[in-house]
Amino acid sequence: QGKFTLLRDTRTDGSFLVHHFLSFYLRAGCKVCFVALLQSFSHYNIVAQKLGVNLTAAKERGQLVFLEGLKSCLDLLFGEEEEEQPGQPSPLQFLSGSTSDLRALFEFVRVSLTPSDSDSWKGPVLLVDDLSVLLSLGATPVAVLDFIHYCRVSVCCQLEGNVVVLVHSSEASEDEENELVVNSLCHHSDLILWAEGLATGFCKDVHGQMKIIKRVSLQQVGEQDLVQVYQYKIQDRNVTFFARGLSAAVL
Amino acid sequence: LVFTEEDKYGLYSNLLFKYFLAEGVVCGHDLFVASAKEHPDNILKELPAPLLDETCGKELGDEAAAAKSEEFQDSMKIAWRYQNLPKVETSPTTFTKFGHYYDVSKKMSPELLQSIKWHSFYPHEELSSQPEMKACNMNGVYARLLQSLQRIISQGGFDGSDPQKKPKNVLRIGVQSLGSLVWGDDVCCTDTPEDIHSLTKFLYVLRGLLRKSLSACIITVPAHLIQNKAIMERVTNLSDVVVGLESFIGSERETNPLYKDYHGLVHVHQIPRLNSLMCDVSDTKDLAFRLKRKLFTIERLHLPPDLSDTVSRASKQDLAGSAKLLSSGCGAMAMGKKHLDF
Repeated sequence: QGKFTLLRDTRTDGSFLVHHFLSFYLRAGCKVCFVALLQSFSHYNIVAQKLGVNLTAAKERGQLVFLEGLKSCLDLLFGEEEEEQPGQPSPLQFLSGSTSDLRALFEFVRVSLTPSDSDSWKGPVLLVDDLSVLLSLGATPVAVLDFIHYCRVSVCCQLEGNVVVLVHSSEASEDEENELVVNSLCHHSDLILWAEGLATGFCKDVHGQMKIIKRVSLQQVGEQDLVQVYQYKIQDRNVTFFARGLSAAVL
Repeated sequence: LVFTEEDKYGLYSNLLFKYFLAEGVVCGHDLFVASAKEHPDNILKELPAPLLDETCGKELGDEAAAAKSEEFQDSMKIAWRYQNLPKVETSPTTFTKFGHYYDVSKKMSPELLQSIKWHSFYPHEELSSQPEMKACNMNGVYARLLQSLQRIISQGGFDGSDPQKKPKNVLRIGVQSLGSLVWGDDVCCTDTPEDIHSLTKFLYVLRGLLRKSLSACIITVPAHLIQNKAIMERVTNLSDVVVGLESFIGSERETNPLYKDYHGLVHVHQIPRLNSLMCDVSDTKDLAFRLKRKLFTIERLHLPPDLSDTVSRASKQDLAGSAKLLSSGCGAMAMGKKHLDF
């Protein structure tokens, strides 16, 4: 409860982690607010079905609040005037340039996860895929960090829920704003799952390497962070993990 | 969303662009062509003519064994299939079933072109009125292009909004030389462009439009001119497929014996991972293209055999260096030769 998990990928695509967490929390009976900025609802729905969860049903029973960033952006830019409800600005308001912060997005998250009387779900969860897109859309790094900070305070501390966020990064990246956001988030995370492409290049049997960093140093002064490294291979319905160098192809 | 990094002089990326559109014509899809450099009408007049089945089978059959042309089919799939890619077929006999082949030396007949509906966007011709799109701090030309695209999509029924419209068809969108100066964007000229987010915002909205409708899009960008690498990273993140074309013209590789059969390299930086956990990764990452008189082919890169005994030390080093370069991109394929210098 109350944990902030950072999903990070470098030289590879870490979105399989997002799919995992989505189905994991839905199966656990939590109320999930999913801010999906990069893909459409049907993409997540199809993958979730393979993992055994029905997103449409979850949405209907109120367990899942899904913000489809692409659709919301189109509605904001091409929508007609009558459709806008007063007092309920679009969560992606910052795109229109009238405000430079992500307050509207935060309000959306807060409202979706605040439990109402009829709710009987276990802890709220905020899932974001992915944060780096906000920078591409014109949000400043400070605005993004503020947004995450507000979400943590409201979801992790006040509502005792969890927050899971995906970011992209790379050592040789020239995108300074992105690196700034990622580094700052790393310092504040309780758990970091870092999916990296193999340093030796592409391999058919091992898709990448996963570093799991438990930030014990945040809780107890003087303790070292626990780091575990595994390699993984993604299959159609799940991901297999194994110790380094011990992939099925080798054994 | 297929994002193509142009080669230096734009020759080959133009060709790829025209292939995409030509395939649309032959399949009966609607077309939307946007270009700022050349008038779209001219582009459409220069599409390559489709090869008829009888000749195509014979010509390509000759080369099938030598050149592994099934890779040609594989790359064309990567270039413009929008849904999940089917598995790579390795047997040459099946490769005529998918897609069509084009004869680059002949132009497509105007009658064929007239059988489909096409739309164009040429910024210099558009009215310079303010876009109806709600203000979003984007480059005005981009905004108008998006607006025009959105109008076509909703009027043409590609987004399923009007169930009475005629049977669903696919809209193929081609945008040429995005980001260059002719579009009013200075991202290619300076390290700190005026509006650093214009291009990425445009791509995001375009992605939204594509996801919501039955369309596929190819964009070519003169990536070698974009100096701010951060933008390229963000753009890669926002696209489904990213392919880079590197031509050998004017570079030192032109005279390199390694590459004597080819005109350039194809770098596949990203392939789509849509609707599934994994993506369809082909076995090889080293692809090269060549433009023959009639055909443009993309093949697996073969290093020529090192037959000569009198090859001097210097050029042997050179070959080894290039072979390493080939593999270090994103593949660790042990293709070709390993120079074990003990």
